[in-house]
Amino acid sequence: MTANPHDWLNAHGDYLYRFALSRLRDPHLAEDVVQETLLAAIKQPNFAEQSSARTWLTGILKHKIIDCMRKQVREIPASELLQDEEANMDDFFDQTGHWVDKPQVWNAPEDSLQQQQFLTILQECMSRLPQKLLAIFSMRDVDEMENEEICKALQITPTNAWVMLYRARMALRKCLELHW
Amino acid sequence: MLNCKQTSLLVSQSLDRPLTVRERWAVRWHLFICVYCRRFKQQLLLIQRQMTAWQTGSTAQSSVTLSESARKRIAERLDTFN
Repeated sequence: MTANPHDWLNAHGDYLYRFALSRLRDPHLAEDVVQETLLAAIKQPNFAEQSSARTWLTGILKHKIIDCMRKQVREIPASELLQDEEANMDDFFDQTGHWVDKPQVWNAPEDSLQQQQFLTILQECMSRLPQKLLAIFSMRDVDEMENEEICKALQITPTNAWVMLYRARMALRKCLELHW
Repeated sequence: MLNCKQTSLLVSQSLDRPLTVRERWAVRWHLFICVYCRRFKQQLLLIQRQMTAWQTGSTAQSSVTLSESARKRIAERLDTFN
């Protein structure tokens, strides 16, 4: 079959755009990576071997998104990245290391409606994360990338990655506690 | 003895790397005596489970679309390449 990039744009453009927007948040960046993805797809001759165009295009898109995130993370001052494990968590813990706001009991979502509500709040909370934390959290918990891959992609140390993921999860948890 | 701050960091890291034997026992002991950190761990696991569900579901369902102008711009760019 002859692959027609315009068909890809028509059939999968919105999907790819949503995917990119959920990771990058900036509509212009998201549009750019969709365009780069389709241009890269044209250059790859072995499309016919792929089972699903959407899966294949999403695979290319993920790489483009990671390139984009890497640039964003590189712009973070080194001083901010290199904070150690005792990083400032004063909002969450008092001087003796006890919770300032003690975690409350959550009702786990039981049916699909509750699950949808939970996800809506979770996404809203994610959208409030600082971009660098959203980037690394998306890679780990949404794309389920291995830590090694993340460190390589973002050029950070494992300790940096663990601390950033910790901060992201602490912020998300607190936001969910307030709104769920 | 770990405090809650140290425990929460290790609980988070347990999602990203295998803890050492010593760390595992220290966390287990703290969780045994601390209901708040037990809740914290349950909540992190819940978020992680829901994220997996989100990945498969919501990208397909959301109603956000490429703007017409962006779609046109991309289409033109594709033409210059063909």
